Amino acid sequence: MLDFILLIVIYIIIYSISSLGLNLIVGYTGMLSLCQAAFMGIGAYSTAVLMTAGHMDFWLALLSSGAIAALCGILIGIPTLRLRGDYLAIATLGFGEIVKNVILNWDSVTKGPMGINGIPGPSLFGYTFTSMEKLPWLFLLLFFLAATYMLIRVMIRSRVGRALEAIREDEIAASAMGINIAKYKVGVFTTGAFCGGLAGSFFAAYSQSVAPLTFDFMMSIMILCMVVLGGLGNSFATVIGTVLIVIASELPRLLGISHIIPAQMNQILFGFILVFMMIYRPQGIIGRIKLNYGKMMKDEILHMER
Amino acid sequence: MDLFNIPANELIQHLINGLTLGAIYSLIALGYTMVYGILKFINFAHGEILMLGTYSGYFLYYMLCDPTKGGSYVIIAFAVSLLFAMIISAILGITIERIAYKPLRKAPRLAPLLSAIGVSIILMNLASLMFGTKSKKFDYPFDNTPIHFGDASITPNQIMILVVGLIMMVSLKLFVDRSRLGKAMRATSENQAVAALMGINVNSIISLTFAIGSALAAVAGILIAMEFKVYPTMGQLAGLKAFIAAVVGGIGNITGAMVGGILLGLLETFGVVIIGIPQGLKDTIAFSVLIIILLVKPSGLLIKNRREKV
Repeated sequence: MLDFILLIVIYIIIYSISSLGLNLIVGYTGMLSLCQAAFMGIGAYSTAVLMTAGHMDFWLALLSSGAIAALCGILIGIPTLRLRGDYLAIATLGFGEIVKNVILNWDSVTKGPMGINGIPGPSLFGYTFTSMEKLPWLFLLLFFLAATYMLIRVMIRSRVGRALEAIREDEIAASAMGINIAKYKVGVFTTGAFCGGLAGSFFAAYSQSVAPLTFDFMMSIMILCMVVLGGLGNSFATVIGTVLIVIASELPRLLGISHIIPAQMNQILFGFILVFMMIYRPQGIIGRIKLNYGKMMKDEILHMER
Repeated sequence: MDLFNIPANELIQHLINGLTLGAIYSLIALGYTMVYGILKFINFAHGEILMLGTYSGYFLYYMLCDPTKGGSYVIIAFAVSLLFAMIISAILGITIERIAYKPLRKAPRLAPLLSAIGVSIILMNLASLMFGTKSKKFDYPFDNTPIHFGDASITPNQIMILVVGLIMMVSLKLFVDRSRLGKAMRATSENQAVAALMGINVNSIISLTFAIGSALAAVAGILIAMEFKVYPTMGQLAGLKAFIAAVVGGIGNITGAMVGGILLGLLETFGVVIIGIPQGLKDTIAFSVLIIILLVKPSGLLIKNRREKV
């Protein structure tokens, strides 16, 4: 039982890293991305291939996975982000399908439908993490979640964050203020993809295996639900949303009634969350914590005078 | 004439296959493009409306008759089921718009998009819960032995797809361009507020748009069902590709959707035979086309590039 709760917490943390990345894209900048799971898939498969076939060290593989996912983010971001938001939604939807198809068909590297097994656990100061020992994993992941959270927080409270929110509220006004919209959009999309890649890499290293159908469209929707349920444009709320969604999707298993409730119920729930939250509470269950711009300006002025 | 070392008769065969595929894409794309023209958002649930319409037609068809027996009664039953599927789809489209999109008409762009995705997921999973995930065969109401001419052949079903597609597209084009309601529709897509001032009931025009688009989707769904099968996720990929077709032609433009659909159907068929793209990656063609169009001519082939204004 305790083991199972630890497992859920580990999943919550891994998904949080990914959903925080998606929140940067959807919540702060207002672009709809439907392929966060694909970025996780790219990260997971990069780690799996680099560590099993390439015998690379986990930490190097982790960084490379993030970088590969970010690169893919740039590749699909550049053509679509110059345009209105709706195109991004479709392009990312298509991108997710392409990633799934490529993983399934590129047998020589991804082993097709079989997936990759036997990914070695990461080692740190001579200690090797395994899926059996959940507590060390928990602390390791917690450290990375905290780092992601703090980095995003610093980014949002800086000039960059204000530019992103300006873009979300009104693109034309933002560009009139001298914000280079395309640059910021591609940048934030890449950052979100990087977070997805990291989460995927942890996913692969923790479960020590990857399967192609894990990272499908429904997983992207699940991550999107985490962001929407907590509250768009609020990192803390996103983590809360992640906690709720992961628990909701694992609860049947926790109570031992997973054989009664069909898997579709979960996805119907996600659908209802999206519709209801948009109509009745678009700011999410926690809502957007308004930044106190007046105070921040004052601090900055004081800082400059000194 | 041997183009790319493929004999001419094979080329004709691929042309026929590409055209039928394209006609189906066009029919679905029309629904996307009409809704986009009026509400400026992507109706993600369009593919699921198609799927549910097809299921309703399927159930009525098998309730009324046993298609394997053949005869004129089966054809009548088929026509009735097709009409029924169109009506159910139209009602579904209007209901979805009323419940999930109407409250969000003035909300930021992201809200209706997310709501539409939610509706699409609910419908898809409800269908797989109620009807099962196994795909069902939809028997032809007529004898489907291919007709040979030269070395190429065409099946009666392909002929029907082409004919039905053509009739639907021409009558829609005439309706939008010539009739009073069509004029009201164009006015609403141009400027809702002004259209309302001119005495047009904007709400009922939006409902009408959803009804027509959904009914066309049901037709396309039944045509797909006979060529392939009926299953709960059938609307997903077809919807996605049809949307790409709409973007290729220029979204919001009805002729564009037709041209884009045919073009995409041909590209997919010939991409496999001429460029030699493996079957497993066939779906990738459509998305590559989308990316290329967005890079080269984002407003689509039939619309002039226009800068976004305040």
